Amino acid sequence: MIERYREDILTPARVITISLILLAVLALVTAVSLALGTADISIKDIFNILAGNTASDDPLRLIVFRIRLPRIILAGLVGFALSLGGVVFQAILRNPLADPFILGVSSGSAFGAVIAIALGFGFAVGVPVMSFTGALLTIYLVMMIGARNIGVESSTILLTGVIINAFFTAIIMFFISVSANDRLHTMLFWLYGDLSQARYSQLIIILPLVLLASVVLYGFSKELNIITTGEENAAQLGVEVGAIKKAALLIVSLVMGLVVAFSGLIGFVGLIVPHLARMAFRSDHRLLIPVASIGGAIFLIAADTLARTIVSPSELPVGVITAFIGAPFFIILLKKRGSQWT
Amino acid sequence: MNLKKIGYRYEKRWALKGIDLDLKAGEIVGIIGPNGSGKSTLLRIMDNVLIPQEGEINIWSKPFHIFSRPAFAREVAMVAQENHFRFSFSALEVVLMGRFPHLKRLQFEGQRDIEIARDALRLTHALDLSGRSIHELSEGEKQRVFIARALAQEPKIILLDEPTSFLDLKFKKEIFRLISTLCREKELSVVLVSHDIDLAAQYCHRLIMLKNGTIYATGAPDKVITASNIEYVYECPVLVDNNPLSGRPRINLV
Repeated sequence: MIERYREDILTPARVITISLILLAVLALVTAVSLALGTADISIKDIFNILAGNTASDDPLRLIVFRIRLPRIILAGLVGFALSLGGVVFQAILRNPLADPFILGVSSGSAFGAVIAIALGFGFAVGVPVMSFTGALLTIYLVMMIGARNIGVESSTILLTGVIINAFFTAIIMFFISVSANDRLHTMLFWLYGDLSQARYSQLIIILPLVLLASVVLYGFSKELNIITTGEENAAQLGVEVGAIKKAALLIVSLVMGLVVAFSGLIGFVGLIVPHLARMAFRSDHRLLIPVASIGGAIFLIAADTLARTIVSPSELPVGVITAFIGAPFFIILLKKRGSQWT
Repeated sequence: MNLKKIGYRYEKRWALKGIDLDLKAGEIVGIIGPNGSGKSTLLRIMDNVLIPQEGEINIWSKPFHIFSRPAFAREVAMVAQENHFRFSFSALEVVLMGRFPHLKRLQFEGQRDIEIARDALRLTHALDLSGRSIHELSEGEKQRVFIARALAQEPKIILLDEPTSFLDLKFKKEIFRLISTLCREKELSVVLVSHDIDLAAQYCHRLIMLKNGTIYATGAPDKVITASNIEYVYECPVLVDNNPLSGRPRINLV
């Protein structure tokens, strides 16, 4: 009798076991992704290269370390961050369809990036800096407009996001309309998510910040569980709702601004992966956060591998792949589950 | 808990004015009154969700504002009228949420917390629901789970907003009996808002009758539930007699 109940209870051991299994899957997907691409490299070669058994000027080694690995790491980090942001926003806004860009961070970033591209800035510094500045601008606007109500009413925040989105989208369209043709392609690629500009110098910035944010947000996981059951309810159970909500909104938005600055707008990851994670492991954020985050990394690495191999030697923006998988996925989900979300 | 000259207004309109209340350990107090008389507002003030613009409110002689949220939740638990679960949790997980104010940030529920949660579910006759998703439960079953969650919080005071509104007769009686037992044995104090005047009269030690945000009558049920009080406050003529079993006042519509 007691055993039956015990398996319902989440334990640290269960969280760690499931996370380790997913990390193993992540390692496997990374290895396969390293092997796939225009140049033909076998999994065996990959292990030799990773083990350091090849000459330092071996061309395959250069392809793996200079081109494929940074891109895979970027895809993993971006997927990780997008899913993490999705999970946290869905909890705070109590809406399973909330997306990590819902506050308009995406359009602010895109606004910055499109201006940077129109002015001919490079992808090493100019575009990410402008994009992140755009993200900060939207976060500032949302916090200013929504601040009075931020502890109380989620719909005010959502509405503010929608308005800001509409405004920046108009400006983006203006710049797209007046841009020279050669820059148009770059802009459109960026708007659909582009991981091809990955550099180690960027990863050094993104990696620690994303990990730090995930640790802080994980610390909120019990509060997030309770906030999903209603804000007043959460306050009654002892959650400092206003403070947690503000902190989480700010951290997630900053991380979104950061990853978008280096990857462009990659849609659906922050929706699909948290959904799948909830379907498989239910709603306790102490398990959901690691599962969805690592799952997001796996998903985006796989999607980006497809994006760069499917029309090889040319490539697609990864956002095309995620939307191509994501949209039908949601249609099936809606038909199957109706309004019942878990 | 002690309330002195409490006044609360939404924007311009005063919802409550001059409310005094002294809640003693082990006491069951019922708040009654027509719709819009300020019952739920009073309960939310006592739960530290609404902060009154006038008056003083203390618990153990300490003002509410010196309590952190978790510290307050260890003193006072609330069973709200409405609960909206957007995501799926099992009944046991919901009751374990009541342990939140007792746990440290990254601490998981231990064996003791699970025992407390299961005991609470047993007391509300909901233990067999523990593995089921909250979405699958009927309103009455949910109500029993939420009362169990409040018990798992191990508070000194429990506030209940319409605790029996979705319950059928058997569970109505059982919930009120449970409340009575807890008050007697654990010195738990209970404040409940109820539309069911008869039930409130039967189980409460003291009633507070609100009209337009002020206390119209307060005291033992037989002092408060009189035909003239009811007729004035509810604007509905009634005949009041006594329940033949308990001797408590009973309302008959005429």
